Amino acid sequence: MRRGRAILFALALACVALPGAARAVEPGEMLSDPVLEQRARDISQHLRCLVCQNESIDDSQADLAHDLRVLVRKRLLAGDTNQQVMDFIVARYGDFVLLKPPVNEQTYALWFGPLVLAALGLAGIAVYFARRRQQAPKPLSAAERKRLDELLRSDGP
Amino acid sequence: MPYKYFLPIALFIGIVAILMSGLWRNPEKLPSALVGKPVPQFDLPPLPGLEDKKRGLSTADLEGKPVLVNVFASWCIPCKVEHPLLMRLKESGVVPIYGINYKDKPEDAARWLNELGDPYQRIGADRNGRVAIDWGVYGVPETFVVDAHGRILHRSVGPLTSSDLEKTILPLVKASQP
Repeated sequence: MRRGRAILFALALACVALPGAARAVEPGEMLSDPVLEQRARDISQHLRCLVCQNESIDDSQADLAHDLRVLVRKRLLAGDTNQQVMDFIVARYGDFVLLKPPVNEQTYALWFGPLVLAALGLAGIAVYFARRRQQAPKPLSAAERKRLDELLRSDGP
Repeated sequence: MPYKYFLPIALFIGIVAILMSGLWRNPEKLPSALVGKPVPQFDLPPLPGLEDKKRGLSTADLEGKPVLVNVFASWCIPCKVEHPLLMRLKESGVVPIYGINYKDKPEDAARWLNELGDPYQRIGADRNGRVAIDWGVYGVPETFVVDAHGRILHRSVGPLTSSDLEKTILPLVKASQP
């Protein structure tokens, strides 16, 4: 009985855990070497599928994504480093294929734009408060002081 | 005091203008990594069944004169859309068109060419799509303009239109003709 429960528990765990692990990668594509396969998965998760542009080739069911997954694995089997595999794909499809864009002159606005905007905003706030502090209230004029004295002296309505 | 109100409004309009310009960009038109580079090294066999009529396509065939390289497949609907344009271009004789038949069954490709007409001087059969990856192809049809030195001058993704042809492709071809 206890054993049956343990099996049930394991099955339930598998149901929760497996969908995350099994993505578009088909069993036939996988490499038998688990270390290489893991590297292939890591690389694939950083490469954009160009057909369904917001998915990685690891997630995508598209035909081209399948071809690229197989190609990544072939390059790894041939002895490429992860960087060499990435460069191989980038040479054909350009920086756009990288889901994390590199920092270069084309992407400065992308990487640093938000920082610049935040700095501008903070500067604006600083200027606003500095100005407010400078504008100390003017001293009362003679007429105002007289009126104030009158108000203070009277006991109000 | 009016400048005080003018600045935020101007900033707002500026940001809206930048964001709106993004709405009209075509997200499927990707920058090409290969423009300005030599064509990849490849050697594709002819279409099985058409061997005696049509030779295959390799890197060496892309030297000497400007050509168009068109990636097509019989299963590709937009290829059918641009096909009449390619036929007209072939008849005009301005520039030879070479085909890369992408992931197609040879008999389907042959039937397609028989029924619709064959605009290609040479056709390389890329059964598994491996050569297309070297060309950076991600959606058929794609058309490349290759100059006389085997360099890629231009790449267009999706079916060609006559305005693409007249405004971009043919001027490039003419400019690179000796």
